[in-house]
Amino acid sequence: MEIPYAVKPRPDTGLYNAKVGIWLFLASEVMLFGALFCSYILLRVNAPEGLWPHHWLNIWLGMTNTIVLIFSSVTVVLAWASLKMGQFNRYKLYQGITLLCALTFLAIKSVEYRDKFIHYKVVLSDGRIADGHLQKAETTLPVSWRLQPVIVDGHLQGGGQTATNTGRLVLEGWWPNDEAALMNPPLGHETQRIEIPVKQIKFMENYGPWHNTYTAIYFTLTGLHALHVVAGAIVIFAIWGPLAKVWERDPERYINRVEVSGLFWHFVDLVWIFLFPVLYLL
Amino acid sequence: MSNPPSSSPALRVDEQTVEEMRHHVRRYLIVGVALAIGTGLTVWASLFNFGSREINIVVALMIASCKGCLVAGFFMHLISERKMIYSVLAVTAFFFAALMYLTVSSMAHENLVHIR
Repeated sequence: MEIPYAVKPRPDTGLYNAKVGIWLFLASEVMLFGALFCSYILLRVNAPEGLWPHHWLNIWLGMTNTIVLIFSSVTVVLAWASLKMGQFNRYKLYQGITLLCALTFLAIKSVEYRDKFIHYKVVLSDGRIADGHLQKAETTLPVSWRLQPVIVDGHLQGGGQTATNTGRLVLEGWWPNDEAALMNPPLGHETQRIEIPVKQIKFMENYGPWHNTYTAIYFTLTGLHALHVVAGAIVIFAIWGPLAKVWERDPERYINRVEVSGLFWHFVDLVWIFLFPVLYLL
Repeated sequence: MSNPPSSSPALRVDEQTVEEMRHHVRRYLIVGVALAIGTGLTVWASLFNFGSREINIVVALMIASCKGCLVAGFFMHLISERKMIYSVLAVTAFFFAALMYLTVSSMAHENLVHIR
């Protein structure tokens, strides 16, 4: 038995099934991201005075990603319009560009994430704080400090599976005076090569999600958003490639699929439009 | 894998539809440019000192809301959508507003319950 209104709209609502379905799904997505935005607001408002970070993210990378997503939203809607005009080749071109935009967005996001994973705050035995990007770690630690989160609390001891006393850590960074300076580094501050003997390290931690509430909410929000980008790109690719034969057999069904996947993609763009200023600029 | 033909034999496209779509395409391009300008404006506003951080936050969120309305209105076709979609979104807006209200009201000092 054929499912009614799978392609043709239902006369009383004027909508086909998948369109109602995607809007109901997007409604649930609004509540999901809404709850996380509320968490962000609570964390930020309740943060102690002067201890909410600023300028921790690269504004220009964030802005580039915003432009990339906006551009991809334009190509998605142009792809749909091309199909409505019966221009399948143009549709293929526009959706191909959309997929390239999705890959570009994810590549830039990966660069940003890597930057946080090699960025370390190091507290020395004498109380000084060094902050910067890891260049080199001459130690006998069993894992690579460049790739793995390293949390050290207490002095690193030599021998066995831990660092040797002769090891040293090399950062490209700066010496903030205190925690407050670390939270609000001056824009474009000078960096220098910092060499720290491992035996002088009291505590060190990278800027992964475990670092503080800001990095926790940053990775949660952007990570969930990136998963949506991946999911959207997979669906768009499936319709664009393996499922393209449906266009010959049932073009209306095909156009509906493109429209529904496009609605999801625009929602992903919409979420980023709010994430960008909230996380990068404010 | 061979590509399907450019125009599907099963799809009938009349001149009126094509003309209508061309009009839409022009509109989408204008909205795209407006969104890009809005992004630049957001960055500029964040670097400009409006006097207090609160005002900067309000300005940034207002620009983001305008951009969001453009995406939802034109790209997602909400300016000319069916009544049922509006009903779904009205329910969503109600619960979203309730969520925000609960969040903001929980931060008001008079509502805090101190457990000693």
